[in-house]
Amino acid sequence: MRFVDEYRDAEKARALSAKIASLCEPGRSYKFMEVCGGHTHTIYKHGLEDYLPESITLVHGPGCPVCVIPMGRVDDAIHIAEQPEVVMTSFGDMMRVPGGRGSFFDSMAQGAAIRMVYSPLDALKVARQNPDKHVVFMAIGFETTAPSTAMTVLRAAAEGIGNFSVFCNHVTVIPAIKAILDSPDLRLDGFIGPGHVSTIIGCRPYEFIARDYGKPLVVAGFEPLDILQSIYMLLVQLAEGRSEVENQYARVVPWAGNLKALRVISEVMELRPYFEWRGLGFISHSALKVREKYAAFDAEQIFEIPGSRVADPKACQCGEVLKGVLKPWECKVFGTACTPETPIGTCMVSSEGACAAYYNFGRFSRERVREATR
Amino acid sequence: MCLGIPGEIVEILPDHADLAKVDVSGVRRAINIGLLENERLQPGDWILIHVGFALSKIDEEEARAALDFLEGIGQAYDDELAALRESSIDRR
Repeated sequence: MRFVDEYRDAEKARALSAKIASLCEPGRSYKFMEVCGGHTHTIYKHGLEDYLPESITLVHGPGCPVCVIPMGRVDDAIHIAEQPEVVMTSFGDMMRVPGGRGSFFDSMAQGAAIRMVYSPLDALKVARQNPDKHVVFMAIGFETTAPSTAMTVLRAAAEGIGNFSVFCNHVTVIPAIKAILDSPDLRLDGFIGPGHVSTIIGCRPYEFIARDYGKPLVVAGFEPLDILQSIYMLLVQLAEGRSEVENQYARVVPWAGNLKALRVISEVMELRPYFEWRGLGFISHSALKVREKYAAFDAEQIFEIPGSRVADPKACQCGEVLKGVLKPWECKVFGTACTPETPIGTCMVSSEGACAAYYNFGRFSRERVREATR
Repeated sequence: MCLGIPGEIVEILPDHADLAKVDVSGVRRAINIGLLENERLQPGDWILIHVGFALSKIDEEEARAALDFLEGIGQAYDDELAALRESSIDRR
């Protein structure tokens, strides 16, 4: 395991840690949400919470693509996979996500044709190579991933491929943040904004958070120093009484995003009126579907979809974890009935899920740092 | 799965629309560069890759720092590279 002392610029990290502490007003507590699961991973992996004063709490947000897939959607995908002549494809992360009737892996064991792919373009290749099958790509992910799916649909259309479709589960980050801001459960002081999502959407879509809700947001990179720097930038804004969108990750994220990617998404996809998020429930205009123009590539138009609705297992508190109301270890089944090997909830499945990240790295860090500094 | 991984462009593939051969930690695969059509990418340029697509052009210093970081995170990056090895979007 690597700790904060081992990564580059450990000196800078310690200096930032001191600056962060000096900006915290005595007697005030701060809650910042890191929206993105990649950030959650870094925070636990490097034990970053141990480098923050106790008055700062990091709350883990809903930005883990597989964590927010509701169980009913997994069941619907398995239903499609079970149709004759269908080959279902998706990313490796999707394979263990539990639905009401088990996961993709369980379904494969029972004979369904499901293949793991690295890219939607690999799924398209499976379609080219198997003209007697219909290949469905289970598309998941935020705006980081949606352009890749859209580009693949455009390619399939250009090549006139007739045996390929997308089961579209792309979600959009802004409505999820808004749902959290509107939720009475949680009082946040600011946001660490997602990095790679922002390479696509840019920084402007976050402006309402600063303007209408008065909360600062800093788009952050993925290294430990990036996250500490972003927390520092949030505290500076709070100390100066500002709430603005700032870009700590400007070396990768252009303020305007990737206009070509946004154009491609909007060519192929449109917003759904509403979509169910695991743990967060139905959120308006929070997901994408394939446009009518590309209906020939839309699995929801080609197949009868049951529209399964499955309540989360009673013991599972992923919903509270995804909203940041509960810390992973406060869930009743964390680390006992629910582990990365036998996940009950989605947050334990992906390495970006808060529970899996905490299970793999977090439990030991506080003790270890104390030992190291003794 | 939201991992963005840096890669260096080795060759722009002449016979394929939007594809470049890219080196990612020693793994060479075809990557779609169609989302960066205005960047005029050349061999030697670094890009941030996600599920087979280049999302943004980055400078070499950022790429090296990101690689250092990713090689340190272990399993998640190993899984990503293993998945990339299985990818061959340039083959029919």
